[in-house]
Amino acid sequence: MTAPPVLEVPVLEVQDLRTVFLTDAGPVRAVDGVSFRLGAGETLGIVGESGSGKSVTALSLLRLLEEPARIVGGQMRFQGRDLLAMRPEELQALRGDRMAMVFQDPMTGLNPVIRILRQLTEHMVSHGHHTPAAAKHRAITLLGRMGITTPERTVTGFPHEFSGGMRQRVMLAMGFANDPALLVADEPTTALDVTIQAQILDLLRGLNRDFGTAILLISHDLGVIGSVCARVAVMYAGEVVEEAATEAVLADPRHPYAWALVNAVPRIDQPLGAERRLTSIEGAPPDALDLPTGCRFAPRCPFRIARCETQHPPLAEVAPGRLARCWVTQAGAVLPKPGGTGFAEPGAERVRPEAAAPLLSVRGLVKHFPLPRETLFSPRRVVHAVNGVDLEVARGETLGIVGESGCGKSTLARLITRIHTPTAGSIRFDGQEIAGASAAAIRPLRRRMQMVFQDPYASLNPRMRIGDTLAEPLVAHGLLRRGAEARERVAELLSTVGLNPAWAARFPHEFSGGQRQRISIARALALQPDLVVADEPISALDVNIQAQILNLMLNLQERFGLTYLFIAHDLAVVRHLCDRVMVLYLGQVMESARSADLFARPLHPYTRVLISAVPVPDVGAQRGRQRVVLQGEPPGTLVLPTGCPFRSRCPIARPVCETPPPLAEHTPGRWAACHFPGEFDPGSSQALPSAQARAESPA
Amino acid sequence: MSGAGLALPAVPTRGQRAWRRYGLAGIGAAIVLGWLLVALLAPWIAPYDPDFVDVANRLRPPSAAHLLGTDALGRDCFSRLLWGSRVSLLAGFAVVLLGALFGTLVGMVAAYARGWVDEALMRLTDLVLCFPPIILALAIAAALGIGTTNTVIAMLVVWWPKFARLSRALALVQRGQEYVEAAVVLGLRPARILGRHIAPNAVGPLVVLVTLDVGNAIITFAGLSFLGLGVVPPTAEWGAMVAEGRELVEQWWVATFPGLAILTVVLGFNFLGDGLRDWLDPKARSR
Repeated sequence: MTAPPVLEVPVLEVQDLRTVFLTDAGPVRAVDGVSFRLGAGETLGIVGESGSGKSVTALSLLRLLEEPARIVGGQMRFQGRDLLAMRPEELQALRGDRMAMVFQDPMTGLNPVIRILRQLTEHMVSHGHHTPAAAKHRAITLLGRMGITTPERTVTGFPHEFSGGMRQRVMLAMGFANDPALLVADEPTTALDVTIQAQILDLLRGLNRDFGTAILLISHDLGVIGSVCARVAVMYAGEVVEEAATEAVLADPRHPYAWALVNAVPRIDQPLGAERRLTSIEGAPPDALDLPTGCRFAPRCPFRIARCETQHPPLAEVAPGRLARCWVTQAGAVLPKPGGTGFAEPGAERVRPEAAAPLLSVRGLVKHFPLPRETLFSPRRVVHAVNGVDLEVARGETLGIVGESGCGKSTLARLITRIHTPTAGSIRFDGQEIAGASAAAIRPLRRRMQMVFQDPYASLNPRMRIGDTLAEPLVAHGLLRRGAEARERVAELLSTVGLNPAWAARFPHEFSGGQRQRISIARALALQPDLVVADEPISALDVNIQAQILNLMLNLQERFGLTYLFIAHDLAVVRHLCDRVMVLYLGQVMESARSADLFARPLHPYTRVLISAVPVPDVGAQRGRQRVVLQGEPPGTLVLPTGCPFRSRCPIARPVCETPPPLAEHTPGRWAACHFPGEFDPGSSQALPSAQARAESPA
Repeated sequence: MSGAGLALPAVPTRGQRAWRRYGLAGIGAAIVLGWLLVALLAPWIAPYDPDFVDVANRLRPPSAAHLLGTDALGRDCFSRLLWGSRVSLLAGFAVVLLGALFGTLVGMVAAYARGWVDEALMRLTDLVLCFPPIILALAIAAALGIGTTNTVIAMLVVWWPKFARLSRALALVQRGQEYVEAAVVLGLRPARILGRHIAPNAVGPLVVLVTLDVGNAIITFAGLSFLGLGVVPPTAEWGAMVAEGRELVEQWWVATFPGLAILTVVLGFNFLGDGLRDWLDPKARSR
């Protein structure tokens, strides 16, 4: 059914692809003249912020778009065959066969009522490559190749029995079932934890190497692209603005937008300086209904020249093998190296005054959530979310709390802010015990302790004008009256967080995610708090907006002397922002130390694994870097493991780990809960096979 | 060449989309609005006094003088139909609005308080839901005595639990939202969090249920009247009118027209409610 691939014919050739969305307001040009080539066995990444057209490009390739989206121009050839001329049956025969796809959400990609085996073998048999028996054998082999232990047992399960990482492996196995020539992966690791992401990226690299499958990887994260793809296309406002070898783009971007993307992310592999503000570009992508006549990036571009405003630049060669859509670099200009702002010389550490009494002091904090009984007489099961956490935060300090999802970091934030009531333990805020205090008793203290939430779309009341949202706490605490006084303060708050004070009468849906997060921060600041607990405040935002919000948080800290408790899963950001870092695993502290020390030489094996799992946006550094890919996933929290909680996944676990290691101070200010602190060194490779042998147990 | 592969179905015009989206809801709204106008203007548009007995002209078929004929006591069926709309609509709205108000209060308090308050309120709700609603309403109405007010009270007793159930579920969803957590952290009082943050965001599906339910309440009220519990004779009411005509097979107009009136008003509210539901559901709206 498929012509044997001729060597010269690329797997995929896209020329001048144009996809529009026909909306009531007019045609939105989501993909506007995108061209690229992908040879057999090659890897290409597409990177860009949300709305740049990268996912629409992928869906156009697979011809999976539905009304009101429409492909209005261009050519797409897959192994020399015109994709646009194909009938639905031909496309169906192609998809899942020569051309496989993996999407972002592993939770909805599998049919919940069909066993894994049938979902895996169905299209192997229907595409006519295998008999049912052969397909079963192949499914089991593939699952094993995807890193699933005991695949014979696994295939008989239903999707709900698997975690997100395991399901993504199953999806990959489905994708590879018919030996495709091309795999299109749209943000395949975005929904996963960093250790699981590292496993999946490793797998993708291996599959490309072993099977010679070409990979088109779409991601917002240059680190992810950099760790898999040899080439990258940067998209902005529906166009490719730069295309080159990933390494080259990361080291020396030739388009100002690519430059901004590369420099907006803090890098875990670069020394930190005293100046922690990141490079960020102001403004927002252009309105797709009303695109500028000149360069689409010109309104936001720090390097623009007169010509950029009037003439639309073509995608042209700026160096051998490097294409960029920029008048400035096409004329031979070089974009400045970051470093002046983001990264100063090493050793220039920030100095923090040591406060005598900590602002916040937590001792032995425990939170268990009882689950409803399954039957009347069954014992009540309990989620052990937080299991004995101690921490102290000094005034003016930033404490980072990191860990994978389910480690209890969000619960910890909600215990400290007393949204939840702790099961046991003590929380002292500025000397006052609040762990068991009633809601009414805490109310006066609320003024001094505020919180910024993760999801900018859920954390603002959609039915309140933002002026009312910001004035509400002030009025509720009797700080000022409604009317002119409140309006004035609201305007002041809005300008503090960099928003137009005239926007107070707008509703939240009129703002972008980044703007909403600024409003959220303004609301937290309204009561002039001492402590701000930030629960993943930037993880739902595009990288450039992340940089803006981080810079804003740093400015506000300097201006108001704020103390931050910063909860995140992104270690590079934590390293960048925080004075001290605490690593949580299964609701317990694994390690706590000054940020610089912790990242320079982690004592706990889990910390080392976490740091090593961060995809670094630099192919060169990645190569030199010792990667430790942790196998398996965190155990459930219904039954706490005995002994060291990390023991089941630890590469250096020994019999003594069956007794729980205490959180002990090893050098002043450095705490770790491990019997062998600092002993896990990924250089000595014997550690890894033992981890693989343990591997993962089915959920 | 590639143009052939691009043949896609035509994009519906603005008018087609609007009709698909709002067509039935518009018809429903027109019917409901029409009946509301009728109820409001009944004293002016009714040709006769609805209670005027004219035995000489009893059971006359529809004619120019009596558009819908006359009943067993010679009263003008058309005038009675118009006046009857007042009782039916008023009773329907009263039951549903008061029931929704009380039920929503119970449900929201239960959802916000959790614990034993939740447990107690919800078991009370279950207790009422245990009885077949019509039978329970019948029993209460019979105990209270005949009369519009008493029937409405009887219906209220069986009407609020579904609103308590729905509003509790809706409030629980909102309670887990980050903006409610933010309100807690800001130190707002529970009443304000409930009233200003949770209730306005939970109210959408309740509006739909209220709209759909008015038709339901009108039918139930008419049913109780049909059984002789609703209105005190000789008050004109559709259910009672159907009851009066149920044995008059030859004089089909006596029961048919009040029946049709009930049918149209219930249909109108259902169309309107369905339309509202689609409109409030963002997934359906994007179509």
